[in-house]
Amino acid sequence: MASVIHFRDVVAVLGGFPALAGVDLDVDAGELVALAGPNGAGKTTVLRVCAGLVPVVSGTAEVLGFNLTSQGRQVRSRVGLLGPSGGLYEDLTVADNLRFFGRASGVDDVDTTAAARRFGLTGRLSTTRVAQLSTGQRRRVALAALVARRAELWLLDEPHAGLDAAGRDLLDEVIVGACAAGATVVLASHELDRTEALRCRHVNLAGGTTGGATGPSQARDPDGERDPEGERGPESERGPDQERGPGVHGAA
Amino acid sequence: MLGVIVLAGTAVTLWLSFVATPADAVQGEAVRLLYVHVPSVTVAYVACGITFVASGMWLWKRTEWWDLVGSSAAEIASVFTAVTLLSGMVWGQATWGTAWEWDPRLTSTLFLFLLLVGYQALRAASPDRSSRARRSAVVGLLLVPNIVIVNRSVQWWRSLHQDATLFRTDLDFRIEGLMLFTWVFATAVGLVLLAWLLMHRFRIGWLANRVEERRLGDALTARRAEATS
Amino acid sequence: MLRDAVLVAGKDLRLEVRTRVGLGQVLPFAVLVLVLFGFALDPDRGILDAATPGLFWVTVLFSAVLAVQRAFAVESAEGVRDALRLTSLAPGGVFLGKAAAIAVQLLVLEVALGVGVVVLYGADPAGWALLVGTAVPATAGIAAAGSLYGVLAVGLRVRETLVPLLLLPVLAPVLLASTRAFEAALDGSPADGWPWAGLLALFAVVYLGCGIGLYGTLLEES
Repeated sequence: MASVIHFRDVVAVLGGFPALAGVDLDVDAGELVALAGPNGAGKTTVLRVCAGLVPVVSGTAEVLGFNLTSQGRQVRSRVGLLGPSGGLYEDLTVADNLRFFGRASGVDDVDTTAAARRFGLTGRLSTTRVAQLSTGQRRRVALAALVARRAELWLLDEPHAGLDAAGRDLLDEVIVGACAAGATVVLASHELDRTEALRCRHVNLAGGTTGGATGPSQARDPDGERDPEGERGPESERGPDQERGPGVHGAA
Repeated sequence: MLGVIVLAGTAVTLWLSFVATPADAVQGEAVRLLYVHVPSVTVAYVACGITFVASGMWLWKRTEWWDLVGSSAAEIASVFTAVTLLSGMVWGQATWGTAWEWDPRLTSTLFLFLLLVGYQALRAASPDRSSRARRSAVVGLLLVPNIVIVNRSVQWWRSLHQDATLFRTDLDFRIEGLMLFTWVFATAVGLVLLAWLLMHRFRIGWLANRVEERRLGDALTARRAEATS
Repeated sequence: MLRDAVLVAGKDLRLEVRTRVGLGQVLPFAVLVLVLFGFALDPDRGILDAATPGLFWVTVLFSAVLAVQRAFAVESAEGVRDALRLTSLAPGGVFLGKAAAIAVQLLVLEVALGVGVVVLYGADPAGWALLVGTAVPATAGIAAAGSLYGVLAVGLRVRETLVPLLLLPVLAPVLLASTRAFEAALDGSPADGWPWAGLLALFAVVYLGCGIGLYGTLLEES
């Protein structure tokens, strides 16, 4: 199985503070991994390092076969990051935002529309400014943008926060669908019930490290079983379905 | 070693400019200021050139070394630009009777000073080392095109307004013998001084980076301890 | 790259259409500056008349600083910087798009200010070819330099104060050249003004080139 994330003793610094103080992490293609740990443990930073947004100060970090120290930029267009604030232009409408970020990531407008429809962002909502949306609605917009870009690696920061019950179920469906279609998903979450229901592999972070002396394999949550191999399509065996995007059609 | 040369050179320059050389027929004693003014402007421009080259090299090689060379040279350049401006103004007061004249060279030196202040401010405002190096390299690289454009446009502007100028742009006295020697000598001393300052500023910057790294190392240990506690 | 530029410029102009910050705030600010110059220089003594081209361009410069600040405040919003860096937009395209959107807004502002100086200062426009031939490269240069120095300060806590300090000394030659060219046009001696317009075109080309070349470096940073 191809390795999607390979971290060894990764250190990352944010404004002089060592947010990551030696993280070991291995994620294979098609895996569903949940990062757990208290606030300030470095979960968000791990995701941003994976996206090539935070430079690696020391250690080895490879994502999707790219060395982050030297080729961080190549990774960016191939991952999807759902941040806590969504990353949307407040004064543009939902449709404008989706169209801009879609086109800027080389996504066809048709796929953007399909993703928007899937998250219920049609009609009046699509012509509403993002500034007027609730937290949950913003999250839906950000998710639609993420789904449309058909990333190979999904990085979700507290994806369930702010969503209503229907939204959470839809999100879980999308995540499972993305995995089934061959994408890899890493999410940071405090909501263990949700991540356990998703049958995530759990990785614990504390103090910017993956569990001190224990290696990544020991750091797994004993309750979180790994998905049976059969449920995931290995990266090398992507079917034609993948061509149409894991997110938009994957869970259908 | 360089420090000793600078010290001796400065002493000789002082003797040459105050004792050995005569007062100028037109400018009187004020001419002695030019032995400070002209070398310091030369040093300032050389230092700017170093910043320009180092910024370009940083963008290519991305090493700490070039970042430190560029920023050290820029800092020294701003000091010498300030000296140039001040000595120029005092000289102007003595010779023309007015401290500020919209002379093309003086005006573009003022702009050079402002550009260097901006460079310094940008460095001070950038929180971490890599972003500081990146941003200041871009500004450093634009320093020379900027100063060339400013210089050309100001020169052109003043030459169109001959009536506004109180004096001819070329210096109104002859350079000969000992005066010329003093000038060249003072410039040479200035350049050695630049090298000496650059070395030491570089060393301070280098050590500051090491201190920062050690602090980061401590923070890393503390951060790791968080995990086990 | 051009496709990306169109996309980014379109997005910025759409933002302007939705928020009207340029039309509702920057433009009134510019008119206000014109009026304040009128107070300071006493319109009856003929100083305003002689100083009109200079005051016009000083006002444009100050407004340009505001427009640049606005253009990059939008991109500094939390999460937006990350989102933008995760797109596959060419850095040169982002630069050209930002610059184009700023330039369009400034051109509109210059037209309005032109009407303003005619009405308020009693200026008598002449030498149209030179006026346009000056305003276009000057605006391109201001927008290009503004986009380059504007992005330099993105993500810094002192962004608002740093941008004018970095940008205004750089734009000083533009002020000088465009003022001289406008003076020549209004005096009815356009031949004196065209070399200045040439200098402005050179400035614009230098900054457009530098921006396309250097934007990638500036965008890759965290």
